Amino acid sequence: MTQSKFKLFLRNNKGFLFILPWLIGFLVFKMYPFFNSLYYSFTKYNLMKAPVWLGLGNYIRIFAKDKDFVPSLLVTLRYVILVVPIKLLLALLVAMLLNRTSWVMNFFRTIYYLPSIVGGSVAVAMIWRVLFSETGVVNAFIGAFGLRAQTWLSPSLALFTISLLNIWTFGSTMVLFLAALKGIPKDLYEAAAVDGVPRLTVFFRITLPMISSIIFFNLLMALVNAFQEFNSALLITGGGPLKSTYLYGYMLYDNAFVSYKMGYACAQSWILFAIILVLTIVIFKTSDKWTYYDDGGDF
Amino acid sequence: MTARQKNRLWTAVHLLVCILIGFVMAYPLLWMVGAAFKQNGEIYNNSHIFPRGEWVLTSWRDGWYGVGTLHFDTFIKNSILVVVPNVVFTILSCTLTAYGFARFRFVGKKIFFMLMLSLLMLPNAVIQVPTYILFRDFGWLNSYKPLIVPSLFASSSFLIFMLVQFFRGIPRDLDEAATIDGCSSMGILVRILVPLCLPAMVSAGLFQFLWTWNDYFHPMLYLNSTNLYTVSLGLRMSLDATTGVQWNNIMAMSTLSILPCVVLFFCLQKHFVEGIAAGGLKG
Repeated sequence: MTQSKFKLFLRNNKGFLFILPWLIGFLVFKMYPFFNSLYYSFTKYNLMKAPVWLGLGNYIRIFAKDKDFVPSLLVTLRYVILVVPIKLLLALLVAMLLNRTSWVMNFFRTIYYLPSIVGGSVAVAMIWRVLFSETGVVNAFIGAFGLRAQTWLSPSLALFTISLLNIWTFGSTMVLFLAALKGIPKDLYEAAAVDGVPRLTVFFRITLPMISSIIFFNLLMALVNAFQEFNSALLITGGGPLKSTYLYGYMLYDNAFVSYKMGYACAQSWILFAIILVLTIVIFKTSDKWTYYDDGGDF
Repeated sequence: MTARQKNRLWTAVHLLVCILIGFVMAYPLLWMVGAAFKQNGEIYNNSHIFPRGEWVLTSWRDGWYGVGTLHFDTFIKNSILVVVPNVVFTILSCTLTAYGFARFRFVGKKIFFMLMLSLLMLPNAVIQVPTYILFRDFGWLNSYKPLIVPSLFASSSFLIFMLVQFFRGIPRDLDEAATIDGCSSMGILVRILVPLCLPAMVSAGLFQFLWTWNDYFHPMLYLNSTNLYTVSLGLRMSLDATTGVQWNNIMAMSTLSILPCVVLFFCLQKHFVEGIAAGGLKG
Protein backbone atom coordinates (compact mmCIF):
# COMPACT_ATOMS: atom_id res chain seq x y z
CA MET A 1 0.00 0.00 0.00
CA THR A 2 2.64 2.50 1.02
CA GLN A 3 4.78 1.33 -1.87
CA SER A 4 2.08 2.00 -4.43
CA LYS A 5 1.54 5.47 -2.94
CA PHE A 6 5.23 6.07 -3.32
CA LYS A 7 5.04 4.96 -6.95
CA LEU A 8 2.09 7.26 -7.53
CA PHE A 9 4.04 10.15 -6.05
CA LEU A 10 6.97 9.46 -8.36
CA ARG A 11 4.71 9.21 -11.39
CA ASN A 12 3.23 12.62 -10.66
CA ASN A 13 6.57 14.13 -9.73
CA LYS A 14 8.88 12.65 -12.30
CA GLY A 15 11.00 15.79 -12.32
CA PHE A 16 11.90 15.01 -8.75
CA LEU A 17 13.94 12.04 -9.93
CA PHE A 18 15.94 14.24 -12.28
CA ILE A 19 16.92 16.76 -9.63
CA LEU A 20 17.62 14.02 -7.07
CA PRO A 21 21.43 14.07 -7.61
CA TRP A 22 21.44 17.81 -7.06
CA LEU A 23 19.19 17.51 -4.01
CA ILE A 24 21.45 14.92 -2.37
CA GLY A 25 24.50 17.07 -3.10
CA PHE A 26 22.68 20.12 -1.81
CA LEU A 27 21.82 18.44 1.50
CA VAL A 28 25.17 16.70 2.05
CA PHE A 29 27.69 19.17 0.62
CA LYS A 30 25.87 22.49 1.18
CA MET A 31 23.16 22.40 3.84
CA TYR A 32 24.87 20.05 6.27
CA PRO A 33 28.12 22.08 6.22
CA PHE A 34 26.09 25.29 6.34
CA PHE A 35 24.39 24.46 9.65
CA ASN A 36 27.52 22.79 10.95
CA SER A 37 29.39 26.01 10.28
CA LEU A 38 26.87 27.92 12.36
CA TYR A 39 27.25 25.38 15.17
CA TYR A 40 31.06 25.43 15.03
CA SER A 41 31.02 29.22 15.17
CA PHE A 42 29.81 28.94 18.79
CA THR A 43 32.50 26.44 19.73
CA LYS A 44 36.21 26.03 20.18
CA TYR A 45 37.35 23.33 17.81
CA ASN A 46 40.90 22.45 16.79
CA LEU A 47 40.16 19.19 14.88
CA MET A 48 41.90 17.12 17.57
CA LYS A 49 39.38 17.27 20.42
CA ALA A 50 35.61 17.40 20.20
CA PRO A 51 34.12 20.92 19.83
CA VAL A 52 33.66 22.80 23.13
CA TRP A 53 30.64 25.11 23.43
CA LEU A 54 31.64 28.76 23.92
CA GLY A 55 28.36 30.54 23.31
CA LEU A 56 29.12 33.94 21.85
CA GLY A 57 32.76 33.69 22.95
CA ASN A 58 34.22 33.64 19.44
CA TYR A 59 32.18 36.61 18.28
CA ILE A 60 33.03 38.66 21.36
CA ARG A 61 36.72 37.92 20.90
CA ILE A 62 36.60 38.87 17.22
CA PHE A 63 35.14 42.28 17.92
CA ALA A 64 36.90 42.99 21.22
CA LYS A 65 40.36 41.47 20.94
CA ASP A 66 41.28 40.40 17.42
CA LYS A 67 44.00 42.75 16.15
CA ASP A 68 43.68 41.46 12.59
CA PHE A 69 39.92 41.61 12.19
CA VAL A 70 39.26 45.32 11.64
CA PRO A 71 42.37 46.00 9.51
CA SER A 72 41.62 42.97 7.36
CA LEU A 73 38.01 44.04 6.92
CA LEU A 74 39.20 47.51 5.90
CA VAL A 75 41.68 46.06 3.40
CA THR A 76 38.85 43.99 1.93
CA LEU A 77 36.53 47.00 1.73
CA ARG A 78 39.22 48.98 -0.05
CA TYR A 79 39.72 46.11 -2.46
CA VAL A 80 35.98 45.88 -3.16
CA ILE A 81 35.66 49.64 -3.66
CA LEU A 82 38.68 49.61 -5.96
CA VAL A 83 37.67 46.60 -8.03
CA VAL A 84 33.89 46.53 -8.37
CA PRO A 85 33.09 49.99 -9.82
CA ILE A 86 36.11 50.08 -12.14
CA LYS A 87 35.52 46.55 -13.38
CA LEU A 88 31.84 47.16 -14.09
CA LEU A 89 32.40 50.53 -15.71
CA LEU A 90 35.20 49.21 -17.89
CA ALA A 91 33.13 46.17 -18.86
CA LEU A 92 30.20 48.36 -19.85
CA LEU A 93 32.28 50.89 -21.81
CA VAL A 94 34.17 48.21 -23.71
CA ALA A 95 30.93 46.32 -24.39
CA MET A 96 29.54 49.50 -25.97
CA LEU A 97 32.69 49.77 -28.02
CA LEU A 98 32.19 46.23 -29.33
CA ASN A 99 28.46 46.55 -29.93
CA ARG A 100 28.63 46.34 -33.72
CA THR A 101 28.12 43.38 -35.95
CA SER A 102 31.33 42.41 -37.68
CA TRP A 103 33.85 39.62 -37.46
CA VAL A 104 36.48 42.11 -36.29
CA MET A 105 34.40 42.85 -33.20
CA ASN A 106 33.98 39.11 -32.55
CA PHE A 107 37.74 38.76 -32.75
CA PHE A 108 38.28 41.50 -30.18
CA ARG A 109 35.60 39.99 -27.96
CA THR A 110 37.58 36.76 -27.92
CA ILE A 111 40.83 38.56 -27.10
CA TYR A 112 39.21 40.57 -24.31
CA TYR A 113 37.79 37.41 -22.84
CA LEU A 114 41.17 35.67 -22.77
CA PRO A 115 42.30 37.06 -19.36
CA SER A 116 39.07 35.79 -17.78
CA ILE A 117 39.83 32.19 -18.67
CA VAL A 118 43.26 32.21 -16.99
CA GLY A 119 42.78 34.95 -14.38
CA GLY A 120 42.74 32.68 -11.34
CA SER A 121 45.67 30.52 -12.39
CA VAL A 122 49.03 30.25 -10.71
CA ALA A 123 50.63 31.13 -14.05
CA VAL A 124 49.06 34.59 -14.11
CA ALA A 125 50.05 35.17 -10.48
CA MET A 126 53.62 34.38 -11.52
CA ILE A 127 53.39 36.84 -14.41
CA TRP A 128 52.10 39.54 -12.07
CA ARG A 129 54.98 39.01 -9.68
CA VAL A 130 57.54 39.59 -12.41
CA LEU A 131 55.71 42.32 -14.32
CA PHE A 132 55.25 44.42 -11.19
CA SER A 133 58.60 43.80 -9.52
CA GLU A 134 60.88 46.78 -9.00
CA THR A 135 63.00 46.13 -12.07
CA GLY A 136 60.04 44.62 -13.86
CA VAL A 137 58.32 45.28 -17.13
CA VAL A 138 55.79 47.83 -15.89
CA ASN A 139 58.50 50.06 -14.48
CA ALA A 140 60.56 49.66 -17.63
CA PHE A 141 57.52 50.65 -19.66
CA ILE A 142 56.55 53.75 -17.71
CA GLY A 143 60.24 54.65 -17.49
CA ALA A 144 60.23 54.94 -21.27
CA PHE A 145 57.69 57.76 -20.87
CA GLY A 146 59.88 59.48 -18.28
CA LEU A 147 57.77 58.39 -15.32
CA ARG A 148 59.39 57.44 -12.05
CA ALA A 149 59.63 53.75 -11.20
CA GLN A 150 57.21 52.63 -8.49
CA THR A 151 57.48 49.90 -5.89
CA TRP A 152 54.29 48.18 -7.01
CA LEU A 153 54.38 45.57 -4.28
CA SER A 154 55.01 48.04 -1.44
CA PRO A 155 52.54 48.42 1.46
CA SER A 156 50.93 51.44 -0.19
CA LEU A 157 50.55 49.98 -3.71
CA ALA A 158 50.34 46.18 -3.33
CA LEU A 159 46.58 46.15 -2.92
CA PHE A 160 46.20 48.27 -6.04
CA THR A 161 48.48 45.90 -7.94
CA ILE A 162 46.45 42.81 -7.10
CA SER A 163 43.25 44.75 -7.81
CA LEU A 164 44.55 45.31 -11.33
CA LEU A 165 44.67 41.55 -11.80
CA ASN A 166 40.97 41.28 -10.99
CA ILE A 167 40.09 44.30 -13.14
CA TRP A 168 42.06 42.81 -16.03
CA THR A 169 39.54 39.94 -16.10
CA PHE A 170 36.60 42.20 -16.91
CA GLY A 171 35.90 40.20 -20.10
CA SER A 172 33.44 37.80 -18.48
CA THR A 173 31.37 40.72 -17.18
CA MET A 174 31.67 42.48 -20.54
CA VAL A 175 30.22 39.53 -22.46
CA LEU A 176 27.01 39.71 -20.44
CA PHE A 177 26.75 43.46 -21.00
CA LEU A 178 27.34 42.96 -24.70
CA ALA A 179 24.53 40.39 -24.94
CA ALA A 180 22.22 42.77 -23.10
CA LEU A 181 23.14 45.68 -25.40
CA LYS A 182 22.45 43.54 -28.46
CA GLY A 183 19.06 42.66 -26.99
CA ILE A 184 17.83 46.26 -26.92
CA PRO A 185 15.19 46.72 -29.66
CA LYS A 186 16.56 48.86 -32.50
CA ASP A 187 13.32 50.80 -32.92
CA LEU A 188 13.93 52.54 -29.60
CA TYR A 189 17.11 54.07 -30.99
CA GLU A 190 15.47 54.84 -34.31
CA ALA A 191 12.63 56.66 -32.58
CA ALA A 192 15.14 58.64 -30.53
CA ALA A 193 17.10 59.52 -33.69
CA VAL A 194 13.94 60.73 -35.42
CA ASP A 195 13.17 62.97 -32.45
CA GLY A 196 16.76 64.26 -32.45
CA VAL A 197 17.49 63.17 -28.88
CA PRO A 198 21.13 63.92 -27.88
CA ARG A 199 23.45 60.91 -27.55
CA LEU A 200 24.02 61.32 -23.83
CA THR A 201 20.28 61.41 -23.17
CA VAL A 202 19.83 58.28 -25.27
CA PHE A 203 22.46 56.57 -23.14
CA PHE A 204 20.87 57.54 -19.84
CA ARG A 205 17.23 57.20 -20.89
CA ILE A 206 17.33 54.17 -23.18
CA THR A 207 20.54 52.17 -22.90
CA LEU A 208 21.03 52.16 -19.13
CA PRO A 209 17.39 51.38 -18.23
CA MET A 210 17.22 48.60 -20.82
CA ILE A 211 20.28 46.81 -19.44
CA SER A 212 19.59 47.57 -15.78
CA SER A 213 18.75 43.96 -14.92
CA ILE A 214 22.18 42.83 -16.17
CA ILE A 215 23.88 45.67 -14.31
CA PHE A 216 22.09 44.42 -11.22
CA PHE A 217 23.24 40.84 -11.75
CA ASN A 218 26.83 41.82 -12.58
CA LEU A 219 27.04 44.15 -9.59
CA LEU A 220 25.83 41.45 -7.25
CA MET A 221 28.21 38.82 -8.60
CA ALA A 222 31.18 41.19 -8.63
CA LEU A 223 30.50 42.18 -5.02
CA VAL A 224 30.11 38.63 -3.74
CA ASN A 225 33.27 37.54 -5.53
CA ALA A 226 35.39 40.54 -4.54
CA PHE A 227 34.52 40.12 -0.86
CA GLN A 228 35.77 36.54 -0.97
CA GLU A 229 38.86 37.00 -3.14
CA PHE A 230 42.22 36.06 -1.73
CA ASN A 231 43.74 33.74 -4.30
CA SER A 232 45.79 36.57 -5.78
CA ALA A 233 46.99 37.70 -2.35
CA LEU A 234 47.92 34.13 -1.48
CA LEU A 235 49.93 33.67 -4.66
CA ILE A 236 51.40 37.13 -5.29
CA THR A 237 51.93 38.97 -2.03
CA GLY A 238 51.41 36.38 0.71
CA GLY A 239 49.11 38.90 2.41
CA GLY A 240 51.95 41.40 2.86
CA PRO A 241 53.87 43.56 2.91
CA LEU A 242 52.83 44.64 6.43
CA LYS A 243 49.46 42.88 5.92
CA SER A 244 48.50 45.50 3.34
CA THR A 245 46.89 42.75 1.22
CA TYR A 246 45.66 40.64 4.10
CA LEU A 247 42.18 40.16 2.65
CA TYR A 248 39.34 38.75 4.73
CA GLY A 249 39.43 35.39 2.96
CA TYR A 250 43.14 35.15 3.70
CA MET A 251 42.53 35.73 7.41
CA LEU A 252 39.86 33.01 7.35
CA TYR A 253 42.22 30.63 5.65
CA ASP A 254 45.00 31.37 8.16
CA ASN A 255 42.76 30.85 11.17
CA ALA A 256 41.18 27.68 9.83
CA PHE A 257 43.93 25.84 8.02
CA VAL A 258 47.16 27.28 9.42
CA SER A 259 46.23 27.77 13.10
CA TYR A 260 43.42 25.15 13.06
CA LYS A 261 41.05 27.47 14.94
CA MET A 262 38.04 26.00 13.15
CA GLY A 263 35.31 27.41 15.38
CA TYR A 264 36.85 30.86 15.35
CA ALA A 265 37.19 30.83 11.55
CA CYS A 266 33.56 29.76 11.19
CA ALA A 267 32.46 32.70 13.35
CA GLN A 268 34.48 35.03 11.11
CA SER A 269 32.97 33.47 8.00
CA TRP A 270 29.49 34.14 9.37
CA ILE A 271 30.37 37.79 9.90
CA LEU A 272 31.44 37.95 6.24
CA PHE A 273 28.23 36.19 5.28
CA ALA A 274 26.20 38.73 7.27
CA ILE A 275 27.93 41.63 5.53
CA ILE A 276 27.33 40.14 2.09
CA LEU A 277 23.74 39.29 2.99
CA VAL A 278 22.97 42.83 4.15
CA LEU A 279 24.52 44.29 1.00
CA THR A 280 22.57 41.85 -1.17
CA ILE A 281 19.31 42.72 0.54
CA VAL A 282 19.98 46.45 0.19
CA ILE A 283 20.70 46.02 -3.52
CA PHE A 284 17.64 43.83 -4.01
CA LYS A 285 15.37 46.30 -2.19
CA THR A 286 16.61 49.31 -4.08
CA SER A 287 16.70 47.42 -7.39
CA ASP A 288 12.93 47.77 -7.72
CA LYS A 289 13.56 51.46 -8.24
CA TRP A 290 16.33 51.23 -10.78
CA THR A 291 15.93 48.00 -12.70
CA TYR A 292 13.54 47.50 -15.56
CA TYR A 293 12.19 44.12 -16.66
CA ASP A 294 10.60 43.57 -20.03
CA ASP A 295 7.95 41.30 -18.60
CA GLY A 296 6.98 43.64 -15.80
CA GLY A 297 9.18 42.02 -13.21
CA ASP A 298 7.69 38.52 -13.13
CA PHE A 299 10.43 35.98 -12.82
CA MET B 1 35.35 67.37 -43.98
CA THR B 2 32.48 65.55 -45.63
CA ALA B 3 30.18 63.28 -43.66
CA ARG B 4 31.77 60.27 -45.34
CA GLN B 5 35.28 61.29 -44.39
CA LYS B 6 34.16 61.94 -40.86
CA ASN B 7 32.58 58.50 -40.73
CA ARG B 8 35.80 56.90 -41.94
CA LEU B 9 37.84 58.79 -39.37
CA TRP B 10 35.55 57.55 -36.60
CA THR B 11 35.85 53.97 -37.81
CA ALA B 12 39.63 54.28 -37.76
CA VAL B 13 39.69 55.78 -34.26
CA HIS B 14 37.29 53.10 -33.07
CA LEU B 15 39.48 50.33 -34.48
CA LEU B 16 42.59 51.91 -32.99
CA VAL B 17 41.05 52.01 -29.52
CA CYS B 18 40.00 48.38 -29.86
CA ILE B 19 43.51 47.36 -30.87
CA LEU B 20 45.03 49.32 -27.99
CA ILE B 21 42.79 47.64 -25.43
CA GLY B 22 43.42 44.28 -27.07
CA PHE B 23 47.14 44.84 -26.71
CA VAL B 24 46.87 45.61 -22.99
CA MET B 25 44.68 42.53 -22.48
CA ALA B 26 46.96 40.18 -24.37
CA TYR B 27 50.30 41.70 -23.38
CA PRO B 28 50.86 39.84 -20.07
CA LEU B 29 50.22 36.50 -21.76
CA LEU B 30 52.32 37.27 -24.83
CA TRP B 31 55.08 38.50 -22.57
CA MET B 32 54.98 35.24 -20.63
CA VAL B 33 55.45 33.20 -23.80
CA GLY B 34 58.32 35.44 -24.87
CA ALA B 35 59.94 35.34 -21.45
CA ALA B 36 60.07 31.55 -21.63
CA PHE B 37 62.59 31.98 -24.47
CA LYS B 38 64.66 34.74 -22.84
CA GLN B 39 67.83 34.46 -20.84
CA ASN B 40 67.08 35.00 -17.18
CA GLY B 41 68.83 38.37 -17.20
CA GLU B 42 66.79 39.69 -20.11
CA ILE B 43 63.50 39.23 -18.28
CA TYR B 44 64.01 42.34 -16.17
CA ASN B 45 64.49 46.01 -17.01
CA ASN B 46 62.79 45.93 -20.39
CA SER B 47 59.32 45.49 -21.74
CA HIS B 48 59.75 43.93 -25.18
CA ILE B 49 57.90 40.70 -25.76
CA PHE B 50 60.32 38.55 -27.73
CA PRO B 51 63.96 38.06 -26.83
CA ARG B 52 66.40 40.47 -28.49
CA GLY B 53 69.34 38.32 -27.51
CA GLU B 54 69.73 34.63 -27.99
CA TRP B 55 66.58 32.46 -27.97
CA VAL B 56 66.83 30.05 -25.06
CA LEU B 57 65.25 26.64 -25.39
CA THR B 58 66.71 24.97 -22.32
CA SER B 59 64.16 26.70 -20.07
CA TRP B 60 61.51 24.22 -21.23
CA ARG B 61 63.63 21.21 -20.34
CA ASP B 62 64.93 22.69 -17.08
CA GLY B 63 61.45 23.80 -16.03
CA TRP B 64 59.99 20.39 -16.82
CA TYR B 65 62.57 18.56 -14.69
CA GLY B 66 63.04 21.43 -12.26
CA VAL B 67 61.30 20.24 -9.11
CA GLY B 68 63.38 17.63 -7.29
CA THR B 69 62.36 14.09 -8.15
CA LEU B 70 58.93 15.05 -9.52
CA HIS B 71 58.53 16.30 -13.06
CA PHE B 72 55.74 18.00 -14.91
CA ASP B 73 54.59 14.77 -16.55
CA THR B 74 53.38 13.67 -13.09
CA PHE B 75 51.60 16.97 -12.47
CA ILE B 76 49.93 16.96 -15.87
CA LYS B 77 48.84 13.34 -15.44
CA ASN B 78 47.42 14.21 -12.00
CA SER B 79 45.56 17.25 -13.33
CA ILE B 80 43.99 15.11 -16.04
CA LEU B 81 43.00 12.50 -13.44
CA VAL B 82 41.15 15.20 -11.52
CA VAL B 83 39.77 17.35 -14.31
CA VAL B 84 38.43 14.80 -16.79
CA PRO B 85 36.11 12.92 -14.39
CA ASN B 86 35.09 16.19 -12.78
CA VAL B 87 34.06 17.73 -16.11
CA VAL B 88 32.24 14.62 -17.36
CA PHE B 89 30.33 14.20 -14.08
CA THR B 90 29.48 17.90 -13.99
CA ILE B 91 28.01 17.89 -17.48
CA LEU B 92 25.94 14.76 -16.76
CA SER B 93 24.61 15.79 -13.35
CA CYS B 94 23.96 19.42 -14.26
CA THR B 95 22.13 18.44 -17.45
CA LEU B 96 19.86 16.02 -15.57
CA THR B 97 19.12 18.61 -12.90
CA ALA B 98 18.50 21.38 -15.40
CA TYR B 99 16.14 19.10 -17.34
CA GLY B 100 14.18 18.40 -14.17
CA PHE B 101 13.86 22.09 -13.35
CA ALA B 102 13.08 23.23 -16.88
CA ARG B 103 10.53 20.64 -18.00
CA PHE B 104 8.62 19.18 -15.04
CA ARG B 105 6.21 20.20 -12.33
CA PHE B 106 6.75 18.60 -8.96
CA VAL B 107 6.23 19.23 -5.29
CA GLY B 108 8.54 21.94 -3.95
CA LYS B 109 10.01 22.86 -7.34
CA LYS B 110 9.80 26.60 -6.76
CA ILE B 111 11.50 26.35 -3.38
CA PHE B 112 14.24 24.06 -4.66
CA PHE B 113 14.90 26.33 -7.60
CA MET B 114 15.10 29.36 -5.35
CA LEU B 115 17.46 27.55 -2.98
CA MET B 116 19.62 26.50 -5.93
CA LEU B 117 19.89 30.11 -7.12
CA SER B 118 20.51 31.54 -3.66
CA LEU B 119 23.59 29.32 -3.42
CA LEU B 120 25.16 31.74 -5.91
CA MET B 121 25.13 34.30 -3.10
CA LEU B 122 26.45 31.98 -0.37
CA PRO B 123 30.14 32.68 0.23
CA ASN B 124 32.18 29.54 -0.14
CA ALA B 125 34.08 30.54 2.98
CA VAL B 126 31.04 29.79 5.15
CA ILE B 127 30.93 26.10 4.28
CA GLN B 128 34.65 25.57 3.67
CA VAL B 129 35.60 24.51 7.20
CA PRO B 130 32.74 22.03 7.79
CA THR B 131 33.22 20.64 4.28
CA TYR B 132 36.87 20.01 5.05
CA ILE B 133 35.91 18.28 8.29
CA LEU B 134 33.26 16.22 6.47
CA PHE B 135 35.81 15.02 3.92
CA ARG B 136 38.24 14.24 6.71
CA ASP B 137 35.58 12.13 8.45
CA PHE B 138 34.95 10.31 5.16
CA GLY B 139 38.69 9.59 5.07
CA TRP B 140 39.03 11.47 1.80
CA LEU B 141 41.94 13.77 2.65
CA ASN B 142 45.02 13.42 0.50
CA SER B 143 43.02 11.82 -2.31
CA TYR B 144 41.21 13.15 -5.37
CA LYS B 145 37.77 12.32 -3.96
CA PRO B 146 37.09 15.82 -2.50
CA LEU B 147 37.91 17.28 -5.92
CA ILE B 148 35.78 14.84 -7.91
CA VAL B 149 32.86 13.40 -5.91
CA PRO B 150 30.90 16.68 -5.44
CA SER B 151 30.76 17.04 -9.23
CA LEU B 152 28.54 13.93 -9.36
CA PHE B 153 25.90 15.94 -7.52
CA ALA B 154 25.51 18.99 -9.77
CA SER B 155 27.44 21.26 -7.43
CA SER B 156 27.47 24.36 -9.64
CA SER B 157 24.35 26.54 -9.46
CA PHE B 158 25.75 28.75 -12.18
CA LEU B 159 25.96 25.93 -14.73
CA ILE B 160 22.56 24.48 -13.78
CA PHE B 161 20.97 27.90 -14.27
CA MET B 162 22.72 28.36 -17.62
CA LEU B 163 21.41 25.01 -18.85
CA VAL B 164 17.90 25.65 -17.52
CA GLN B 165 17.79 28.88 -19.51
CA PHE B 166 18.82 26.95 -22.61
CA PHE B 167 16.23 24.21 -22.14
CA ARG B 168 13.56 26.87 -21.67
CA GLY B 169 14.46 28.31 -25.06
CA ILE B 170 13.57 25.04 -26.83
CA PRO B 171 9.87 24.76 -27.75
CA ARG B 172 7.91 22.23 -25.68
CA ASP B 173 6.06 21.12 -28.84
CA LEU B 174 9.04 18.90 -29.61
CA ASP B 175 8.74 17.12 -26.25
CA GLU B 176 5.01 16.73 -26.66
CA ALA B 177 5.29 15.29 -30.14
CA ALA B 178 7.86 12.81 -28.87
CA THR B 179 5.65 11.86 -25.91
CA ILE B 180 2.77 11.12 -28.26
CA ASP B 181 5.11 8.92 -30.27
CA GLY B 182 5.81 6.97 -27.08
CA CYS B 183 9.14 8.47 -26.09
CA SER B 184 10.01 8.31 -22.38
CA SER B 185 11.18 11.34 -20.38
CA MET B 186 14.73 10.10 -20.50
CA GLY B 187 14.36 9.46 -24.22
CA ILE B 188 13.23 13.05 -24.79
CA LEU B 189 16.29 14.33 -22.96
CA VAL B 190 18.76 12.11 -24.77
CA ARG B 191 17.26 12.17 -28.28
CA ILE B 192 15.81 15.66 -28.52
CA LEU B 193 17.13 18.11 -25.96
CA VAL B 194 20.76 17.03 -25.72
CA PRO B 195 21.44 17.30 -29.47
CA LEU B 196 19.84 20.76 -29.48
CA CYS B 197 21.65 21.90 -26.34
CA LEU B 198 25.06 20.55 -27.23
CA PRO B 199 26.57 24.05 -27.54
CA ALA B 200 25.32 24.93 -24.05
CA MET B 201 26.64 21.68 -22.64
CA VAL B 202 29.98 22.26 -24.31
CA SER B 203 30.23 25.71 -22.75
CA ALA B 204 29.24 24.32 -19.36
CA GLY B 205 31.96 21.71 -19.72
CA LEU B 206 34.53 24.28 -20.77
CA PHE B 207 33.65 26.49 -17.80
CA GLN B 208 34.08 23.59 -15.43
CA PHE B 209 37.34 22.61 -17.14
CA LEU B 210 38.78 26.11 -16.73
CA TRP B 211 37.77 26.36 -13.07
CA THR B 212 39.06 22.93 -12.14
CA TRP B 213 42.25 23.08 -14.17
CA ASN B 214 43.25 26.49 -12.80
CA ASP B 215 42.08 25.82 -9.26
CA TYR B 216 44.88 26.22 -6.78
CA PHE B 217 43.08 26.56 -3.47
CA HIS B 218 41.17 23.28 -3.26
CA PRO B 219 43.99 20.96 -4.36
CA MET B 220 46.26 22.80 -1.91
CA LEU B 221 43.76 22.22 0.88
CA TYR B 222 43.10 18.55 0.24
CA LEU B 223 46.37 17.16 -1.16
CA ASN B 224 49.45 16.69 1.00
CA SER B 225 51.61 14.22 -0.91
CA THR B 226 53.61 15.94 -3.59
CA ASN B 227 53.21 12.95 -5.91
CA LEU B 228 49.49 13.76 -6.04
CA TYR B 229 50.09 17.43 -6.93
CA THR B 230 48.23 18.97 -9.86
CA VAL B 231 49.81 21.39 -12.33
CA SER B 232 48.84 24.46 -10.27
CA LEU B 233 50.48 23.05 -7.14
CA GLY B 234 53.50 21.81 -9.08
CA LEU B 235 54.05 25.23 -10.61
CA ARG B 236 53.83 26.90 -7.24
CA MET B 237 56.21 24.33 -5.79
CA SER B 238 58.76 24.92 -8.52
CA LEU B 239 58.84 28.57 -7.45
CA ASP B 240 59.46 27.71 -3.82
CA ALA B 241 61.89 24.89 -4.55
CA THR B 242 64.54 26.80 -6.45
CA THR B 243 66.81 29.33 -4.85
CA GLY B 244 67.64 32.26 -7.10
CA VAL B 245 64.56 31.72 -9.20
CA GLN B 246 65.11 30.94 -12.87
CA TRP B 247 62.16 32.96 -14.12
CA ASN B 248 62.49 31.75 -17.70
CA ASN B 249 61.94 28.18 -16.49
CA ILE B 250 58.93 29.27 -14.47
CA MET B 251 57.50 31.19 -17.43
CA ALA B 252 57.98 28.17 -19.70
CA MET B 253 56.02 25.97 -17.30
CA SER B 254 53.44 28.73 -16.74
CA THR B 255 52.89 28.83 -20.49
CA LEU B 256 52.54 25.07 -20.54
CA SER B 257 50.08 25.12 -17.64
CA ILE B 258 47.60 27.46 -19.30
CA LEU B 259 48.08 26.09 -22.81
CA PRO B 260 45.21 23.54 -22.54
CA CYS B 261 42.86 26.32 -21.40
CA VAL B 262 43.81 28.66 -24.21
CA VAL B 263 43.68 25.95 -26.90
CA LEU B 264 40.28 24.68 -25.75
CA PHE B 265 38.97 28.22 -25.47
CA PHE B 266 39.98 29.09 -29.01
CA CYS B 267 38.56 25.85 -30.39
CA LEU B 268 35.23 26.29 -28.64
CA GLN B 269 35.04 30.05 -28.29
CA LYS B 270 32.15 30.56 -30.68
CA HIS B 271 29.90 28.23 -28.69
CA PHE B 272 31.37 29.40 -25.45
CA VAL B 273 31.00 33.17 -25.56
CA GLU B 274 27.61 32.99 -27.25
CA GLY B 275 26.56 30.22 -24.89
CA ILE B 276 27.18 32.37 -21.84
CA ALA B 277 25.50 35.34 -23.41
CA ALA B 278 22.40 33.43 -24.52
CA GLY B 279 22.12 31.30 -21.41
CA GLY B 280 23.39 33.93 -19.04
CA LEU B 281 20.50 36.20 -18.32
CA LYS B 282 17.40 37.08 -20.17
CA GLY B 283 14.89 38.99 -18.14
